[in-house]
Order: sequence, then structure tokens, then C-alpha cells
Amino acid sequence: MKVRIYITLKKSVLDTQGKAIENALNKNLGFNQISQVRQGKLVELELTESDNEKAKKIIDEICDKLLVNKIIEDYTFEVVE
Amino acid sequence: MKVAVISFPASNCDRDALVAVKKFTNKVEKIWHKESNLANDLDLIIIPGGFSFGDYLRSGAMASISPIMQEVKRLAERGIKIMGICNGFQILTETGLLPGVLLRNKSGKFINKNALLRVENTETAFTKNYKKNQLIKIPIAHMDGNYFADVETIKKLEDSNSIAWRYVDEYNNLSDVSNPNGSMLNIAGVFNSKKNILGSMPHPERAVDENTGSSDGIMLFESLFS
Repeated sequence: MKVRIYITLKKSVLDTQGKAIENALNKNLGFNQISQVRQGKLVELELTESDNEKAKKIIDEICDKLLVNKIIEDYTFEVVE
Repeated sequence: MKVAVISFPASNCDRDALVAVKKFTNKVEKIWHKESNLANDLDLIIIPGGFSFGDYLRSGAMASISPIMQEVKRLAERGIKIMGICNGFQILTETGLLPGVLLRNKSGKFINKNALLRVENTETAFTKNYKKNQLIKIPIAHMDGNYFADVETIKKLEDSNSIAWRYVDEYNNLSDVSNPNGSMLNIAGVFNSKKNILGSMPHPERAVDENTGSSDGIMLFESLFS
């Protein structure tokens, strides 16, 4: 199955890159209708596992061990194929 | 005193660390991160600065799962002294050996300058030769030095006297202006609760010779080697 994992900074954590993007959109490109920009990461991967429960366990484990720093980040994932 | 300096792909302060240590001992070895053994009779392990693995994913994240880090964790348990500088500090937080995390600088910019620090705890193997509240000048050079932890962790750091140094102004005052990167409580370096592990964003190994602008880092090495 193909899985997409979305990693985002927790709401309480300052997102400097999001802020810089927002500034660029507002000030440099004139998109004044845009605010609250947050930037995150997308990790896409192929998993040789057909059982959804087992897949969830693996995804949780790799997020815990490497992909996500839970002090500052949250994650969600979806099975796309 | 036997010392190991760990090198990762894109470590770039390993040589500086070696030069600083060699002022005190020749028993120092550079060790590649893929090694899976560290000698039990080591006294000090230095995780140097740089941009290990290109800062992919998060600064220090990839290095934290290198084979050598299992050994670093094992020796940390045994009470061997470990010092992570800059990227080394980031690696130690990612490994879980030190609390908190180093976020992107508040300004979003890379900062490279001499920072003024106040030495907060002088009762450790790393800092005993400094005076309490001493004002020192140590260079910083980082993109992700914004120290962050949850309220509970910050309280624990304060209660256990685990803040090593904080960014101050020339009058030794803490302020937002003297805080280069947005760190909580102006924190520039922390110890673990047992005080055998130090993480520091400022680079003491780059301040061991007046010719480089400051020799205030030498007292850290004097503390360790005395």
C-alpha cells in the first residue's frame, strides 16, 4: 500500500518558515487575503503490508523512532492506494 | 584522560574539537559514526558541530540513529562525560539524552557571531573552573538554536540547576535583545540531571586561543582536564 504521512508543527510552536512564506505572499506578491500560513512535511512511502491495523502499527513506530519529534510535531497519515 | 570525538557525514567542527583537546592530552581519537564499539575506559565523548546528514528531516535526527549513538547511550548510562556542541547538542536532544529541542532561529536566519553568556552552574565537571555568573564570550554559528521545551521540562531544568549558560548582554543582564535566537529563558546550554552530559549551542572549542577573538572556552577544557 502507498501511505502519505503529514507532519506538522504543533500549534503552540512558532513556525518561522511558515511566517517567512506568509510575509513573502503578503508583501512581495501582494496576496493580502492570505494569513496563518503553516508549513509541514509530507513523507510518502510504499509499504508491503495489506492489513490496515498492522500498517498503522508500523507507521506509528517509524514516526515515533525517526520521522516525528513529538515535543514539537504532530502527524496524521492516509492510505492512498 | 581518554577522549573520543565522533564524526558524522558533514560534521565540520570535529577538527576544532581535536585541536582544543590536544592542548591537554594526546589520548584523543576521531571515531566514525558507523563504528559500533566505544571503549569502556573513555572519559569524555565529544559530539561536534556541523550539519550531519545535511540536516535532513530535522537537525540531528538522522545522526541520532547512527550505530555509534547506541554506544554513546550505553556509556552515558555509565556516567561517562558527554559534550554535544551545536549540531552535537541537536543530536543529543534527538537521541533523548538531553531534554528539549532546538527549533529554527526566531529570525529565520543563520546567526554567526560572538555571543555573551552567563555561566549559570559552576558545580559540574564541565564548568567548575568558571566563576558563578561569570560573563564569557563564546562564538555561535547556527540556524537551529532556538531552545524549546514544555513548561514542565523548563521547570525541571531550573529546579535541578541544569541550565549551563544563558545569553546575556554586556552588562550580564538577560533580555530579549541579548537573546540571539529566541531560546526559552535565553538558554544556550543545558546539562542532564546527573550533570555528566552537556549540550551547548555556543562553541567553546572555537574559543581556546586569543587569536580567534576569545579564549573563554579554554576554562571548560581546563575544568574537564583538571
